[in-house]
Amino acid sequence: MCNDCGCGLPGETPIGITGHGHGHPHDHGHPHDHGHEHDHEHGHEHPHSHSHSHSHGDETHSHSHSSHSHDHSHDQAAAADLHRTIEIRRSILEKNDRLAERNRGFFRARGLIVLNVLSSPGSGKTTFLRETVKALGNRLRSGVIVGDLATDNDARRLRESGAPVVQITTGTVCHLEAEMVSRALGQMDLQGLELLIIENVGNLVCPASYDLGEDLRVVLLSVTEGEDKPLKYPPMFNAADAVIISKMDLAAHCSFDREAALANIRSVSPKARLFEVSAKTGTGMAEWCNYLIEAHQARRREGPFRA
Amino acid sequence: MDGALSMALDQARQAGATKVFALRLRVGALSGVVPDALQFAFEALTPGTLAEDARLDLETVPARFWCATCKSEFQADNLMALCPNCQTPSRELRSGRELELASLEIE
Repeated sequence: MCNDCGCGLPGETPIGITGHGHGHPHDHGHPHDHGHEHDHEHGHEHPHSHSHSHSHGDETHSHSHSSHSHDHSHDQAAAADLHRTIEIRRSILEKNDRLAERNRGFFRARGLIVLNVLSSPGSGKTTFLRETVKALGNRLRSGVIVGDLATDNDARRLRESGAPVVQITTGTVCHLEAEMVSRALGQMDLQGLELLIIENVGNLVCPASYDLGEDLRVVLLSVTEGEDKPLKYPPMFNAADAVIISKMDLAAHCSFDREAALANIRSVSPKARLFEVSAKTGTGMAEWCNYLIEAHQARRREGPFRA
Repeated sequence: MDGALSMALDQARQAGATKVFALRLRVGALSGVVPDALQFAFEALTPGTLAEDARLDLETVPARFWCATCKSEFQADNLMALCPNCQTPSRELRSGRELELASLEIE
């Protein structure tokens, strides 16, 4: 379930992963090492039964501890039984972050460059990605993992590009998590791939919090959505490495204020690279593809060991 | 929320708790977390656990940015933060994205 919006509650639909049937047995055998040492500090309950019968009438917390035998040599143990506050100070996304780091290591070892592509529903992610894969062709061989609540419609459309595609259906969960991606990898033939594109669930809120182990976060904004969208969803845009303005062919029809849009994107995500594209007419696609090819070449030069 | 809760229940059991009275979360001002949604999820998930009827306390962590030009930190409440000194947008958020289980009140 999602920490942000509480989706996936309750009775969760099982996560479905359907691939192409390249059954590569990459065993992502998550070695959850639950090495907890359960050091219960309760005061040895030897049933002395001193018949104390706890008659402190005004106690606020009603201890229902049965037979607390005040074991004389363990006074501190009895104290530990009382109402107390313990410090934890651990990140809640820690588990996802850890799995994302594992994905990242796996990707680096294979020399893959990985995109996490995010946008609202209907901003044109699937068409844009299908055209990206086609345009890259053999210059950068690509595979796609696509997340959706239901249906494999997008996966089918993406397969038209000829790339291997694995579908993750998240049921009621509004975002992909690192663990789902690692399971999906088991369904994909990664041999010869150089670029892995992860098309996230259409949602500009929760996916911002979930690292998948990607190299680049790509956020799409279509001209039909309004220039102020970056201001409405700042965390998503702030975390972007690249922002794509899609459906540029429609810009004139919907009185898209380009200057305002660019200024808004800049104000929320000063570091992102900007691309203005139309997957339909091909405008801007060459520049975008070159950006990906350069990112992959940079990865090659770095090798797998740079952080 | 289930992440926070399962972490809390694990920690409570390790400490030998028989009951959890309160969970304290540290939530960054820019974490994207919606307090009402957390509360709702918390109430939906806790029945039947050690944390049944427990309180959920949220502590807000302010967003602090680093200005590379002025070499100083500044506080702001949104991501479109400009340095109050030089009006440059900051590229570095130093705190404010936290989502952390801070402490547990147990018995």
